[in-house]
Amino acid sequence: MPVVQKDGVSNWIRRDPKDSMRNYLKWLGGAIVVLIAARYIGAQTIWGFVLDAPAQAADFVSRSVPPDITYFRRVLPALWDTVNIAVFGTAGAVVVAIPTALLAARNTTPHSSLRALALTIIVVSRSVNSLIWALLIVQVVGPGLFAGVLAIGIRSVGMISKLMYESIEEINREPIEAISATGAGRTQVFLYGYVPQLLPVFVGVTVYRWEVNIRESTIIGIVGGGGVGFLLNSAINRLAWDQALVVLIAILATVVLAESISAKVRAAVT
Amino acid sequence: MSDHVNAEQLWSKPPVIENRWLRWGITLVVLVYAFFAIRSFEIDIPRIIIGLDRGYDMLLAFLRPDFVARQTHIVRGVLESVAMTATATLLGVILSIPLSFGAARNLSPLPVYLVCRSILMIVRSLHVVVLAILFVVMVGFGPFAGAVTLGFNSIGFLGKLLAEDIENTNEESMEAVRATGGSWLQVVIYAVWPQVVTRFIGLSIYRLDINFRQSTVIGLVGAGGIGAVLDTAMGRYDYNTAAAILIVIIAIVLAGEYVSSSIRRRLT
Repeated sequence: MPVVQKDGVSNWIRRDPKDSMRNYLKWLGGAIVVLIAARYIGAQTIWGFVLDAPAQAADFVSRSVPPDITYFRRVLPALWDTVNIAVFGTAGAVVVAIPTALLAARNTTPHSSLRALALTIIVVSRSVNSLIWALLIVQVVGPGLFAGVLAIGIRSVGMISKLMYESIEEINREPIEAISATGAGRTQVFLYGYVPQLLPVFVGVTVYRWEVNIRESTIIGIVGGGGVGFLLNSAINRLAWDQALVVLIAILATVVLAESISAKVRAAVT
Repeated sequence: MSDHVNAEQLWSKPPVIENRWLRWGITLVVLVYAFFAIRSFEIDIPRIIIGLDRGYDMLLAFLRPDFVARQTHIVRGVLESVAMTATATLLGVILSIPLSFGAARNLSPLPVYLVCRSILMIVRSLHVVVLAILFVVMVGFGPFAGAVTLGFNSIGFLGKLLAEDIENTNEESMEAVRATGGSWLQVVIYAVWPQVVTRFIGLSIYRLDINFRQSTVIGLVGAGGIGAVLDTAMGRYDYNTAAAILIVIIAIVLAGEYVSSSIRRRLT
């Protein structure tokens, strides 16, 4: 904290001139970037539509209330599909993620080139959103639930194995040394040294990912991945806002339910 | 575990579920569920066999990504995504600060608290793509809808975490400012804000990073950015360009993650 001498009196100031200049330039730089960005966006905006927004919003609130309750008959089977997409996407991802994580963790990988391969898989899978994966996969396997399962699964592989390999690298070495000291073979060391330590973490990660996947699978239908998102998209395309509201309510309820289940399970395992 | 050890037998691991009926019951339920669920997927084998050719083309395209043919579109898409990210994060920061003060129980009366908390909860539970669809309908196609979507989406995240930080601040410094006769605003400025600001800057930078990732998907529903360019490329079956766009997305996401985590590490 700098102190300046002025007229024989010591005064405390928060920053010395050099620091405050640097601070000022940082904020100025940020402000310039945002302004340029805002201008760039503004140039491509049709302001007539934007000014119209409050009227539009009022319009679809009035069209969506009261919600078309009878539409629940179509929404419920779609919700069942959505849950299945999340369950099978997660399960499939776990099956692939466990070996990937073992290859990616520094202390369990058999070779550094395999580690690099595993890390590449994780990065590619994780950096691309599941909706974009769905966009690619729909063209290969055709639209439907299966495409949704694959898209959710492919994205989850990276997410799950990242958390898993980090927990493998942070493992407690002592039980493993103890097991090796009894003369256990490699598989035995793995089964009795690694697995008991990792299992709770893996279950927690899996359940958490399942919860995230429930969220994602509610919208994956928008690009052809099946489930309740398909109904949402078609309701909006038909401007049937009363049906869209029903779908939104159903999605909200499912997400809240999945969240509470996931929180309970995770509290139980840790 | 003594009942599993026997002089004649070797030790074996006890099963996870002790009750045999429960164990087999759960296995049976899982199998029945899996049977019905997999049947509902309606996996269309002939369609997949046809599609595999396309999948093969896609894989080949990834080996030969084409950055050049649609270069102007890709560059514009990336710039649009970056612009959306920057403005949206600022919008989110500006809106989330007052909301989070309202949603902190130690600063606000109960009615204000409940209103702010429920706003945060509703915003958080709406998926970014659903928000994007709604805003595209409201304000029209393009990056403006995207920026507003991402801004709103940021509020839920930033607001909730900042509110929790505020609730965890040191009560004593607030009392000290109050004891000098400080008003509510002075308590906030001199006692609360200095305690949370570092973490809030960290969170905002993290959110900047998240917003870029999100900006790549909302283009699929018409909210601008690189996602829209990718959607067009896929619609034209132009896999080489799509591959190039994916590579660009992955590179920027990785760079963003690296920069944001190194800045956050320096802050704390």
